Amino acid sequence: MTNHWIDIKNANVILIMGSNAGENHPISFKWVLKAKKEGATLIHVDPRYTRTSALADFYTHLRPGTDIAFLGGMINYIIKNKKYFKEYVSEYTNASFIVNKKFDFKNGLFSGFNDKTHSYDKSFWKFELDENGVPKKDKSLKHPRCVFQLLKKHFSRYTLDKVSAVTGTPKEDLLKVYKIYSSTGVGNRAGTCMYAMGWTQHTVGVQNIRTMTIIQLLLGNIGISGGGVNALRGESNVQGSTDHAILFHILPGYLKVPKASMKDLETYLNKVTPKSSDPMSANWWGNYPKYMVSILKAFYGDNATKENDFCYNYLPKLDNKTNYSWLSLFDAMYREKIKGFFAWGQNPAVSGADAQKNRDAMEKLDWMVNVNIFENETGSFWKGPGKNPKKIKTEVFFLPCAVSVEKEGSITNSGRWMQWRYKAANPPNGLPGDGEIMVDLMNKIKELYKKDGGVFPEPILKLNWPNKYDSDKVAKIVNGYFMKDTVVKGKKFKKGDQVPSFAYLTDDGATCSGNWLYCNSYTNKGNMAKRRDKTQTDIQKNIGLFPKWAWCWPVNRRILYNRASVDLNGKPWNPDKTVIVWKNGKWHGDVPDGGWPPIATGKGRHPFIMRKHGFGQVFGPGRADGPFPEFYEPLESPVKKNLLNRQKSNPVVKTFNTPDDKYADYHKYPIVCTTFRLTEHWQSGILTRWQPWLVEAQPAVFVEISEELAKEKRIKNGEMVLVESPRANLKAVAMVTKRLAPMKIGKKKVHVAGLPWHFGWEVPKGGGDAANLLTPSVGDPNTMIPETKSFLVNIRKL
Amino acid sequence: MNLSDKGKSFFIDLSVCMGCKACQIACKEWHELPATKTEQTGSYENPPDLNFYTYKTVHFKESKINGKFRWLFFPEQCRHCIYPACKDAADGYVKGAIIKDKETGAVVFNVELLKKVPFEVLITACPYNIPREDKKTGKKSKCDMCIDRVKDGLKPLCVKTCPNNAMNFGDRKDMLNLANKRLKEVKKEWPAAQLVDSGDIRVIYLALDKPTNYSKHLAAATPFKPY
Repeated sequence: MTNHWIDIKNANVILIMGSNAGENHPISFKWVLKAKKEGATLIHVDPRYTRTSALADFYTHLRPGTDIAFLGGMINYIIKNKKYFKEYVSEYTNASFIVNKKFDFKNGLFSGFNDKTHSYDKSFWKFELDENGVPKKDKSLKHPRCVFQLLKKHFSRYTLDKVSAVTGTPKEDLLKVYKIYSSTGVGNRAGTCMYAMGWTQHTVGVQNIRTMTIIQLLLGNIGISGGGVNALRGESNVQGSTDHAILFHILPGYLKVPKASMKDLETYLNKVTPKSSDPMSANWWGNYPKYMVSILKAFYGDNATKENDFCYNYLPKLDNKTNYSWLSLFDAMYREKIKGFFAWGQNPAVSGADAQKNRDAMEKLDWMVNVNIFENETGSFWKGPGKNPKKIKTEVFFLPCAVSVEKEGSITNSGRWMQWRYKAANPPNGLPGDGEIMVDLMNKIKELYKKDGGVFPEPILKLNWPNKYDSDKVAKIVNGYFMKDTVVKGKKFKKGDQVPSFAYLTDDGATCSGNWLYCNSYTNKGNMAKRRDKTQTDIQKNIGLFPKWAWCWPVNRRILYNRASVDLNGKPWNPDKTVIVWKNGKWHGDVPDGGWPPIATGKGRHPFIMRKHGFGQVFGPGRADGPFPEFYEPLESPVKKNLLNRQKSNPVVKTFNTPDDKYADYHKYPIVCTTFRLTEHWQSGILTRWQPWLVEAQPAVFVEISEELAKEKRIKNGEMVLVESPRANLKAVAMVTKRLAPMKIGKKKVHVAGLPWHFGWEVPKGGGDAANLLTPSVGDPNTMIPETKSFLVNIRKL
Repeated sequence: MNLSDKGKSFFIDLSVCMGCKACQIACKEWHELPATKTEQTGSYENPPDLNFYTYKTVHFKESKINGKFRWLFFPEQCRHCIYPACKDAADGYVKGAIIKDKETGAVVFNVELLKKVPFEVLITACPYNIPREDKKTGKKSKCDMCIDRVKDGLKPLCVKTCPNNAMNFGDRKDMLNLANKRLKEVKKEWPAAQLVDSGDIRVIYLALDKPTNYSKHLAAATPFKPY
């Protein structure tokens, strides 16, 4: 979230799209309803009418996977009807930047496309620079090659007729949503969006978010209270786990994992540190070397010195062309390239796309360690449906561990708040927590390396690693401390002092920090995440901001990009909902996005400080699939043609080709299917399917279908049906409902179905198996998140 | 003394109920009730009805209000009638088998004594089809207003758990005020909105439409007789 949960109450229009917040984030509705009470309008757009829709002021449906068409139509509407916030757009976004002449878009392809590699040469999308190396701008937004004019042209194809024909949404409904939402393109109104996996789990997942981001930038909705682009995280600590680098391509704090070709620290830093020639651009990532050296100091302690490149060579490197994401790992496991597997707090036999492929891949392993609080379909895969235990060699170890409330530590919620949680009870039988298991495991590995040696033992032996797990000490090193007595920015620090904020991190080895974004979370004053002080200033109280409650990254800033909430003189666009204001030579309210004075003083900086040039990116030249979003059909599409361009699906998507990777054709599998979650269960069901009250409330897998489809197939409500995809068949109870309806796509009638994905064969008995047995192994080209929210099936009466 | 102004009441605002079933589960948790065996029959509603081990369940109905589709949710529980007909009926068999708590107005079953009262008598007396029986033991059960919590100054657990403040609990006067205030707000958009049987019971539902649109048991089967 750029904003935070409480801030939702400040919105005038709330668009819930790609999310079923009412069911999956029930607590969020506390704030949604507060906004509604103050007169806000709640819009829900979703293929299915859900418990969220029931409380919406306006609900309409769309075909799964057509969000870019839907939102692209809104961009077209906003520009055509001049609903955008002109001053914000020209001053704070890159809409005014001039793009070089090589940029083009034809037949669904951006310029720079390579037919053989199915990838883009992004140098075709560069901005034109002036003699000082600063992007050329036309703040009148009239230059034919300025981003605004290119955007206008790009989305002019997204007419109501076209969009309606693609999405299946009635034209009058589209217009209604566009009208209500674009009413926030003025200074004193705010629009927010709440999204989740309904936007991300597509082959165009990143561009779904990009499309909404462009809308929010056009309407001046970023940085303000009640605005933002707000991802609702699927678990309480998903934000924390991402910040601390659960993904393969990043180190903690979103630092890039080095590639094999980056032979030393200097090469790496030159490659990853952005450089801006604009004195008005803060270019915050220019501090990259300080953050990288500090993390190396945290990893390798005193072993990391300037002379040895701070042990940069000990870091594992990525092969230049290999992708190590979830889908690729299971593909490699299937191809017997991975021999051992730690399934830690997860259940890929249920939760992963193409779950059958995952289950089959597990057979090829030598060993698996399943760390969980309950047995699950992953640890038990060898005795699951269709498996013969006699023929499976994989040795499975089950490590029971403590559950979250039995351990102390921090969680970081969707609003980026790091909150400390205390242990509520001791784990049964003295079970260890995850931290203890990890620390002990690594110490054992170190011991073995010490004893037996190895090809390259240094990265392991020289690791700065504790003898015993201590969550307080982890929190301290995550923040970082001084490794020696030193002076930074005129301030004296002693060895062992906690670093007060990332502004004091250095690239000379004087500081360590396990995650620069969290630097300021544990200072000499103590652990900020433990704070429970509700005091506020009047400005803060007005918008529900609690700066002394827990701690928020970065540097306790509760609303990101908040300097875009004020005009060039530091005056809020909306004085009734002030986030920050410049008064008496000082900022008041939230922690400003950099403390520089307002831009009009000539000493300011552009507000989007994490971007190289300091501007919100309407044009995003860093994405794998284009600088503007473009609608492409899902890989498995129910129609013959993409009605908006000549490419059917995302041209840079990569598929897999093991015998388990089969993709559906609409002739055989004509029904569009999606997966979803229920209030009554959680994720892969491990914490809820063993819980009798929740099983009582939702006992088995079902498939929602419309009355029309039920009639065509002669299926009655409550009957058992077979849902078929090329990957697998799944038995499910038919739920015939008015909450789904067939959609008119072009001239074709398309049916939509949906299944909850929580269930698995192990428990409860008779609850059915995983919906992900049906979903394909294909991902977004930027993130490789799988496309589980739009695929094809057939449904048969049993 | 006007009894209907004293004691405690619930106000259940169906205009913001989301059907999340948190109240249903919370009830089971506080009363340590076992789960009953249910099946997926093509509905979100489960358990489909109250039973001996289920004092509260949420009903789901796909309906229309003013010609517009709306999914309606109805968390069902004992209404704690101001003049409980079940108590009158039970008193005819065993005095004290059903107690009306003086301070709160909660209608509470004495499980042992109530064994001697035929179930037919109870269920026939109840205007809302609430009590349930364990056929094996002859025990009867229903919502007890979390009387143990309320006596300790706490709110019933279903109320505490509700994320949307659809469930409210407090002094009857305050609840009536809140209910009337919300009714006024909601009426602007939903002209047929109403407070159901609010003068006669301690669980006041705000319905967006006529009660039968939610369930045949939302309003009393037969109108209350004046005392």
